[in-house]
Amino acid sequence: MIDVSVSYNRYKFLGEEFLTWLWFVIEKDHTLLNELDPDGVQVAIGNRIVLENRHKDTVESITIKGDDAGLEEGVISLRKGAVVTEMNLSYKSGDHQWVFNLKGESLSFSGLKPPETAPIDRKEDIEGAVLEKIFLFDRVFSFVDKVFANFINLRVSNAWLEREVPRMRVWIAT
Amino acid sequence: METLVAGLKKNAIREIDEDPADKVVGWTSFEKPYQPDFEGNSLSIGTHWIFSLRIDKKKIPLKVVQKMCAQETFRKLTESGREFLSRNEKKLLRENVISTLSLRIPATPNIYDLIWNYEDACVLFLSNLKEANEELETLFAKSFKLTLIRLFPFTMADLNVGLTDADRDVLSTLTPTRFNE
Repeated sequence: MIDVSVSYNRYKFLGEEFLTWLWFVIEKDHTLLNELDPDGVQVAIGNRIVLENRHKDTVESITIKGDDAGLEEGVISLRKGAVVTEMNLSYKSGDHQWVFNLKGESLSFSGLKPPETAPIDRKEDIEGAVLEKIFLFDRVFSFVDKVFANFINLRVSNAWLEREVPRMRVWIAT
Repeated sequence: METLVAGLKKNAIREIDEDPADKVVGWTSFEKPYQPDFEGNSLSIGTHWIFSLRIDKKKIPLKVVQKMCAQETFRKLTESGREFLSRNEKKLLRENVISTLSLRIPATPNIYDLIWNYEDACVLFLSNLKEANEELETLFAKSFKLTLIRLFPFTMADLNVGLTDADRDVLSTLTPTRFNE
């Protein structure tokens, strides 16, 4: 395997393409997400999205923030050649909701807010509370892992350029 | 489990409040981060080992260093009757000032929790800070003789997705897609 820092920088576009594709899937192909997580899952863009358009020597960064912010400017940026570099997401399953940020280059989570759990009143409750938190973390990590695996399988196949990218271009153009 | 506890104890955090050191990195326990205790049941929960990385740092304000250096320079010049200190003397004086201040300023602890699922051979580190992640990799290797592989888009694709060898070859040749026509 190639050096970690080299592969981090050389292939960070994979994470940014993943987030861009995920936005497309949320808008136009949500059934795919339900197939990957059949437990009545709903995924939506949250209150922040960051896009970057890299030219030869300059980087143009566009941040859209706000609970009810429209994403039209984001689509315009995509038309100009930008990709998504950070995204706030909401993941709902039944009555439970997780909110988190995903960064494209590292696919690291930040600001993860899992569903509320019962308060800890006694020392004996700590073990159960920790296990519950781990379960809740795992749930959303597994979901992102599954969606990313789906993306990578598509990305290394001919279907990426033959089918998926043309569909994304139509979405971006309209 | 014994190997884990031995590695944690050997590299447990030590207090540096009465030590001139300005930084220390070590393991601590999840439940008692200020009194590390790796005995008992608190370390193991289900199929997970849970403990924390602690990084203690002394932050001496630059202006305090400047003030103490100026006072110390004045004292030396007055005592010796000289007008200037050599570059070497100034350097030594600054080092002494920082060392003296380090003994007086308590270290600020930073605690980062870690969940090690030993059945899945997977470590979840609850921080994105570059320094904390680098210290984790170093201390983990030193303590347990195991190398952590950081998961980011390429390593996730290469190691976690279950690609065939042919697909992994394709992966390594990928270049960015242009989504605008």
